[in-house]
Amino acid sequence: MPTPLAARNVSHRFGSVVALDDVSIDVPAGRAVALVGESGSGKTTLLRCFNRLVEPLRGEVRVGDHDVRAQPAVLLRRGIGYVQQHGGLLPHWRVLRNVALVPILREMTDAVDVARRALELVGLPVSDFGHRFPHELSGGQRQRVALARSIAARPGVILLDEPFGALDAISRAELQESFDAMRRELSVTTLLVTHDLAEAGQLADEVVVMRAGRIEQQGTMRTLITAPATDYVARLIARARAGLEALRL
Amino acid sequence: MKGILRSLALVEFAVAASAHAQSTATETSTHGQQRPVVIASKPFGESYLLCEMFAQLLESRGMSVERRPGLGATEIAFGALRTGAIDVYPEYTGTGLVAVLHDSLPDSVMADSRAVFAHVARRFTDEYGVRWLPPLGFQNTYAIAVTRATANKYHLRTLSDLARESPHLTAGFTADFIGRSDGLVGLSRVYGLHPRAVRPLAPAVKYQALASGAVDVIDGYSTDGLLARYDLVTLIDDRHFFPPYEAAALVNGKLESQIPSAVAGLTLLSGRLDEKTMRQLNRRVEVDGEDVRVVAADELKTLGLIGGRQSTARVEQSRSGFARYMWDRRSDLAALTLRHLLLVGLALLAAVIVAVPLGLFLERTRPLAEPSIGALGVLQTIPSIALLAFMIPLLGVGVIPALVALWLYALYPIARGTYTGVRDADPDAVAAAEALGTTPVQRLMWVRLPLAAPVIMAGIRTAAVITVGAATLAAFIGAGGLGEPIVAGLALADTRMILSGALPAAALALLVDGVLGLVERLIAPAHRREGIWRRRAPLMRTSNV
Repeated sequence: MPTPLAARNVSHRFGSVVALDDVSIDVPAGRAVALVGESGSGKTTLLRCFNRLVEPLRGEVRVGDHDVRAQPAVLLRRGIGYVQQHGGLLPHWRVLRNVALVPILREMTDAVDVARRALELVGLPVSDFGHRFPHELSGGQRQRVALARSIAARPGVILLDEPFGALDAISRAELQESFDAMRRELSVTTLLVTHDLAEAGQLADEVVVMRAGRIEQQGTMRTLITAPATDYVARLIARARAGLEALRL
Repeated sequence: MKGILRSLALVEFAVAASAHAQSTATETSTHGQQRPVVIASKPFGESYLLCEMFAQLLESRGMSVERRPGLGATEIAFGALRTGAIDVYPEYTGTGLVAVLHDSLPDSVMADSRAVFAHVARRFTDEYGVRWLPPLGFQNTYAIAVTRATANKYHLRTLSDLARESPHLTAGFTADFIGRSDGLVGLSRVYGLHPRAVRPLAPAVKYQALASGAVDVIDGYSTDGLLARYDLVTLIDDRHFFPPYEAAALVNGKLESQIPSAVAGLTLLSGRLDEKTMRQLNRRVEVDGEDVRVVAADELKTLGLIGGRQSTARVEQSRSGFARYMWDRRSDLAALTLRHLLLVGLALLAAVIVAVPLGLFLERTRPLAEPSIGALGVLQTIPSIALLAFMIPLLGVGVIPALVALWLYALYPIARGTYTGVRDADPDAVAAAEALGTTPVQRLMWVRLPLAAPVIMAGIRTAAVITVGAATLAAFIGAGGLGEPIVAGLALADTRMILSGALPAAALALLVDGVLGLVERLIAPAHRREGIWRRRAPLMRTSNV
């Protein structure tokens, strides 16, 4: 069951540095939203508010019908998938056990079967990969395992923080495709942090452009292109386009 | 630090409690089984020999005896006697006067050894409750000695001559002598002795150092067997600086009330040993390499103090091969090795129990971590022998203070390894585990500790090897182990005896390191295991933490 996400007037500071300045966003159930911006724009901080890795100083953060603070952080997190840039697989656990982490935490009796199905879903057959250690996989395969781990327990929400950022272009494109297919099949609500506008356009239904802790614009990629709300958004799109132009003969 | 102090206090309490229990037991069984009489010595040949003679004398009279030979220099041995950790050891009146009482007497009194004895004995009884038994019959004063060649070259006959030429000479003095006011300190003051250099030497090597020309002058004892062997010249104390050093048994006051027969037995030796006899006996031990037990037994028989029952089976073994020597002592060495291992094992276990949680705790309170671990590191810089000596006023002598000292040494590498290992454990994996809903305890048990295991284990291995080495010094405070033959060998200038402790200790260090290396492989994170260990890594484990 997909779960909607919402942030209302959220502000946060790290010391004297403003990370989020009165930010509000909505992610409807089953949809995918991308947070785009430069480093320091606050996109990762906003993402981390949803699984309480950051507790904002002001504002309300909701997952489903509840404020995130309604239950202990540990229980909240077990219901939310999470993938980070460097997958963060436990290096001393075999692939199957890594994927079974959240099912084990949730004390699911069929944790092994659940993990097995998740691995199949990301295109890594258990018979070939289940027994391996993370360092015996390629970078792309490791991110697939991280993806499998985040969806194994079938969460309603999945948070991704630059999940494909560290991959080479080919593995990256492959993984983006299979992620897109998987997300639609599971119809899981997705919040994706990326600095790559093209990736955002490809994977997300809507894009949120952030800058210095504030939202510049939220809308579909089409809206951003046809009606950029600010100069900054327009420049961002122009720059991304120039990058693509360079590849034309 | 507070925790350490508290546990120290606990140990102290435990020792005090057991000492109380022991004394109560003794009081209630005056006619039944006695406790053993604890007989100690300082770490040089003559002291060993006298200790052994005391021991055999009492054994021949049906008393049970515990030997603590080579316990330590004056501070350690006398400290142990005062606190009741030992009952008796041989001491010299001059040492008592100057090194313990820090007293001096007019020259007229100094010239009369009986008067000095009476003075020292009275003050010891009044101030420490410690009794000097009547003198054994010989004096063993400091003999400042040079080779005959040096004496001729510089025209040295007296200590005044030596002081005149001292800027040209290198001195090799024992550490005890350098620090004592009746040693170098006083000699410099009274005679103006200022050697070009002063090298601290172990008693066992000073004669060789002098004979080989490495040093020009040494502090010997007038009854040393080696004075004659190397044809050395003893310089005359023309200003009567040294007090008389009459040898006698120094007895803890408790012994007389608890085991009066022991005091009576020891007194049988009073007045029976003259200087000539003592020099001969020392020579047999130090020069001829005879077993102390045999020499002691022979002399006691000659004096008619023990019967012919005493075993002299080892007389013929004096100069056979080293392998043979080790083989003959295999059961002793096995027992010493076992004791050594026990000391190391207990100290290490206690250190792991304290230092691993400490390292984990410090990792959670980062600002405290470096200063706290630094403080433990300071402990490492205290020389082992000094740390052991610090333990005596707190905990007496024997196993407990040795364990505490070894434990203190082992804390630092283990705490440091745990702290560093857990702090630096794969940050991505730890962050992901947190984001997916593990509790702090689960992260510790599933992720951080397993990943930190190699670093923690490296700390434990380091601690183990340090402890095996430091434990050899535990013999100086009577804890036993492989240090015993090393300390005895140093005192008796017996290289084979030193090696019979040092070689097994070295082998033990390698063995302990090797065994812990296997343990390290066994508990390494699964992905880093190799070969047969690897198969043991579980595919799935679903136990909850």
